[in-house]
Amino acid sequence: MTKTKRMNVLMYIVLTIVSLISVFPLYWMLISATNKSVDVSRGALLPGAALIDNWKSLLSQSPVGTAMINSFKYAIILTFFALVICSLAGYGFEIYHDKGKDAVMSILLLGMMVPFVATMIPLFRMFSSAKLLNTTIAVIMPTISTPFLIMMFRQSARSFPHDIIEAARIDGLNEIQIFFRMFIPTMKSTYAAAMTITFMNAWNNYLWPKVILQKEETFTMPMLVANLTEGYVTDYGVLMLAVLLCSLPTVIIFFLLQKSFAEGITGAVK
Amino acid sequence: MSQVKEPKKRKMSLERRHNLTGWAFLTPATLMIAVMSFWPMIQAFILSLQTGKANNLKFGDPLANYVRMFRDNVFMASLGNTFLYLIIQVPIMLILALILASMLNNKNLRCKGLFRTAIFLPCATSLVSYAIIFRSLFGVDGFINTVLINLGILNTGYNFLGHATSAKIVIIIALVWRWTGYNMVFYLSGLQNIEYSVYEAAKIDGASPMQTFFKITVPLLKPTILLTAIMSTNGTLQLFDESLNLTKGGPANATITMSHYIYNMSFKYVPTFGYAAAMSFLIFILVAILAFVQMKVGDKRD
Repeated sequence: MTKTKRMNVLMYIVLTIVSLISVFPLYWMLISATNKSVDVSRGALLPGAALIDNWKSLLSQSPVGTAMINSFKYAIILTFFALVICSLAGYGFEIYHDKGKDAVMSILLLGMMVPFVATMIPLFRMFSSAKLLNTTIAVIMPTISTPFLIMMFRQSARSFPHDIIEAARIDGLNEIQIFFRMFIPTMKSTYAAAMTITFMNAWNNYLWPKVILQKEETFTMPMLVANLTEGYVTDYGVLMLAVLLCSLPTVIIFFLLQKSFAEGITGAVK
Repeated sequence: MSQVKEPKKRKMSLERRHNLTGWAFLTPATLMIAVMSFWPMIQAFILSLQTGKANNLKFGDPLANYVRMFRDNVFMASLGNTFLYLIIQVPIMLILALILASMLNNKNLRCKGLFRTAIFLPCATSLVSYAIIFRSLFGVDGFINTVLINLGILNTGYNFLGHATSAKIVIIIALVWRWTGYNMVFYLSGLQNIEYSVYEAAKIDGASPMQTFFKITVPLLKPTILLTAIMSTNGTLQLFDESLNLTKGGPANATITMSHYIYNMSFKYVPTFGYAAAMSFLIFILVAILAFVQMKVGDKRD
């Protein structure tokens, strides 16, 4: 018995230490955003009074408002189209499945192995020759349809009762109506999970926007934050405030939809 | 005769109509993946056989780019770095995630939700954000140095990111911090499919936690472990944000990753798209080979 007890105590200690390490960098970011750079360097661990000054200083050196709006715009549009197109496909693959469709699905799954760096250069040349650099469409196009999301919706369509479909058909609904009026309302939790994961990926995406967006007024938050570290002198307070602003939307979504976020990343696999 | 035939005929056409509806539903997504992923992949391969700068590409010696890669010291360094991260960071992270997940799967554990949220929280921060947080924490006048000086371990700030070995260690620490919780969630959801009574039975039979871990948890989670291993390998081979924002690839390309170098060759300097495409195609081959090997290894232990 004492051995189990000792094991238990050890477990709590390990979990507490790991939790603290996990949270600390974020806590430090939060605290630093409210402190002057000198105080951050001195190791300040308590909230300071420099938040307003950091805010003013950040606004004076970079277009945070524009970048915020851009990031929201790209992420929301991308998420909307990704959800519609991929859920339609997942539903189609599962509900009307036959040998041909299953074969297409297996080929699409191979797409998960294609590294983005490899497609990045041809995609850049493609969008550049179509004169689409610096446009929303170029930012969102490559990641609207992903094998991951299709697989996730196909998996959830598996649990959608065929009786409902038959009943709806008898009631005179056509196939597209069944999808919009029956499937979507029943699968709210899958949509929530898919939305969370897609929005977060879109918000956090860095490499592709950096490649395709070259005008400052089209930059995203992660790009703006990364550019702040370009100079020789780093103002930690200002920098951490920018990092905080960049992380805030995803952290809020994380706390609101934590469960569906966890379901989202594991959902397609179950 | 005709009365019997008619419904059958209508049913056939209905089936065909449903079949076509199915194709219509999946066509937009399928086309987009074909155009945005498969077609560029083919183009990348064609591009990799061409040499020249910017848009003046021409077919010469088809293997010129591939030969150049292995004589390019920076590329070889980036290959070495990527594999160093792969061999050291991925196992540490996966083992840690597995241990944490099996701890959190304990039914009698209190504050389970709190621990889970805390460990999972790093996943909510963007790659750029956490790279910059770690860059600042480990800066010469950053928090870690301040603590070490105050503890009397150091006299002046150590330039963690200015020395090759310590910079690599910082990247590995940062990667473990960001991704352990992510993998843990996969294991947790995998563990939920294992009947808890199996663990209770093992406990009654006098199995130690160690034995339970190695004899029950690991074998039953094997498919999930395989999946996370493949995903992590894929992710590590494509590391970019961390290399660019945490260490800027430095000092002197000591921490640069393959993706970062490909980015530099195509968008930072005068673009050499053919050469960059050849390097990116190598990443594709490596991803495919490693996934294949992992699946083979995963199958064998059955």
